[in-house]
Amino acid sequence: MTDILLIALAMSLLYISIANRLSTYLSILVFQGFLLFGTTYLTLTHISPLNLLLIMLETIVFKALVVPWFLNHLIKRNHITRIAEPYLPNFVSLIIVTLIIVATIIMSGSIDDKNIDKTFFVVALSTLFTGLYLIVTRKKIITHVIGYLIIENGVFILSLAVGNEMPMLVNLGIMLDIFASVLILGVFFNKIGDVLKDPDVNRLSNLKD
Amino acid sequence: MILLFLALVLLICVLLYFNKNTVVNYALLGIFLAVLIGFGLYEYLHLNVVQYTYFKPDALGILLLMVLCVVAVPVIIHGGRYIEVHNVDETPRSRGLFFAAMVLLISACSMAYLSNHIAVTWIFVELTTLSASALIYHHRNIRALEGVWKYVFICAISITFIYIGILFLSLSLKQAGISDMSFQSLYENSSKLNPFWLKLSFLFIFTGFTAKLGLVPMYTAGIDAKDKAPAPAGALLSSVLMNVGFIGIFRIYAVVAHTPLRHWADSIMIIAALLSIFVATVYMTRIKNIKRMFAYSGIEHMGLVMLGLSAGGIGVYAAILHVILHTLVKPTLFLQYNQVYWVYQSKSIYDVGNYFKYNKTGAILMLLAFISATAMPPSGLFVSEFLIFQSLFQAHSIVILLVVLLLLTMIIWGFGSNIFKLLFTPPSTMDESAVPRISPWESFSQYVLLALAVYVAYNPPMEMVNLLKEAVKIIP
Repeated sequence: MTDILLIALAMSLLYISIANRLSTYLSILVFQGFLLFGTTYLTLTHISPLNLLLIMLETIVFKALVVPWFLNHLIKRNHITRIAEPYLPNFVSLIIVTLIIVATIIMSGSIDDKNIDKTFFVVALSTLFTGLYLIVTRKKIITHVIGYLIIENGVFILSLAVGNEMPMLVNLGIMLDIFASVLILGVFFNKIGDVLKDPDVNRLSNLKD
Repeated sequence: MILLFLALVLLICVLLYFNKNTVVNYALLGIFLAVLIGFGLYEYLHLNVVQYTYFKPDALGILLLMVLCVVAVPVIIHGGRYIEVHNVDETPRSRGLFFAAMVLLISACSMAYLSNHIAVTWIFVELTTLSASALIYHHRNIRALEGVWKYVFICAISITFIYIGILFLSLSLKQAGISDMSFQSLYENSSKLNPFWLKLSFLFIFTGFTAKLGLVPMYTAGIDAKDKAPAPAGALLSSVLMNVGFIGIFRIYAVVAHTPLRHWADSIMIIAALLSIFVATVYMTRIKNIKRMFAYSGIEHMGLVMLGLSAGGIGVYAAILHVILHTLVKPTLFLQYNQVYWVYQSKSIYDVGNYFKYNKTGAILMLLAFISATAMPPSGLFVSEFLIFQSLFQAHSIVILLVVLLLLTMIIWGFGSNIFKLLFTPPSTMDESAVPRISPWESFSQYVLLALAVYVAYNPPMEMVNLLKEAVKIIP
């Protein structure tokens, strides 16, 4: 069952690589949040119920509800156009994300470690690299933020792989989530909207040599 | 004691933020400095005593904490001067936030030095990002916003990378059946760790910490941050905050150095170091913004530190010494830069010149700081840089040494031509009536720091040598 959820998450990566509208990006974030919620429940069977409750609350509240809602609010408030504006055509993106997934599968073949479930490793790393890829190839600041959130989802999957032995690390991951959400989204993205009427990266490229 | 220190710091931060009275503000900063120095002494007396499981003041941590205590005093005094001079834009609120962020940054750095557990270091690194971003955004204009946005975004990614590294490390620990993640246990059990996970872990943690240390690949955020932050904050970002990156990399490298992966890690560090020095050379020879030039000079020095670390032998000793001396020298440039800006109201090299005419004490200091920062003989950095070159010789890395020497020569040329333009060539347009008279006392603290750097390098106190020798022992 965990495998099904994780594979669905990997498939959502393919979908996000060809998505055109920001609202699609947000729906995928919500979808991934729910998938992570399910995965957490199925994977972390050996930790204290209170801690599990905390982690699951975080996935559902932060990852699936609050952050996408807040991003939606920002898009509306700052009148950001709804097109994602990639630098590369969608077809190329699809190929590259597929290549990322294939490469991580090949890489996982070289691990001789029986303690780790390789599905976690593959899905986590491909989510991570897809997030980085999205940051590099999208023009708007808000898509950079979405790319970062996707990286965080990947990292969260990785932390689930060691979650039963070291629940402290999962909690740290939650701290990272909250830190990033509050700092990046709450404070600065709000400010960018106030100072710049048209928040895209081109307006923030004056600092250089 | 650590909990007491943290509680006091938090209390001081909250009071600074809500307080509107100038006298109370300065009193609080005075109390903070006293607490910080007292804390430093206490930790020195409790060397190698584990506190609250997660903190252990080892030799390297104590050394960096001591330098931090020394640098914090002038930085906070000049922070006060900075706020006074920029009086028009300042409100009690912005002043409170500025000092609260500064106090928080200094304390988070000192905690990161002392932590004995990689996850705890990581938490305090997060805290430094938070407080540094408040400092960078102090002026609340669009340029500052751009600087802080880039800094926050890149630091967020770097922190994620460190976290991924910690996860990989825990995977290798899980396989070896160890649950204790403190550095001590990592050093002792390093031979049992799975090399594949350890490799991945080192790569990610190293990449993550380069954002703080200022090396290729993630140095960019730091440059914009040091440029946009007020000069006293820039002094902190380019000295004590870089040391946080150094201590993170040093500790994870020490784990790898106990295993056969050491040569692989050395080559990674050499590549990053050479690229960093190269990038610094390229920018410093053609840069027109003085403050950014100082920031790039830091990148060059950290590249040298990494070379020393990877060469091993005397190089490790030299690398730590270099970090300490750099922490003393670099703030002088930023603090003096503040006065340069008061005179010319511009950062561009085209608008400045003839600094000797407007501020004689400051100009002599600038000349001395230039000599120090480029590691020319009377300067303290000369000693450590010389030892780094010696270690490269002993490691038979002659080609690397030659390349580095060539690049350093170009850096001295680029640095020098800009500094001499600032000091001697008359500026093209200059409204002399608007130039404020700058008291020689403004440069006093910087003279003290430079003199200290020379003293520490040529006649190091016995206690410091002992600490250095102990710190070197971590790397076999």
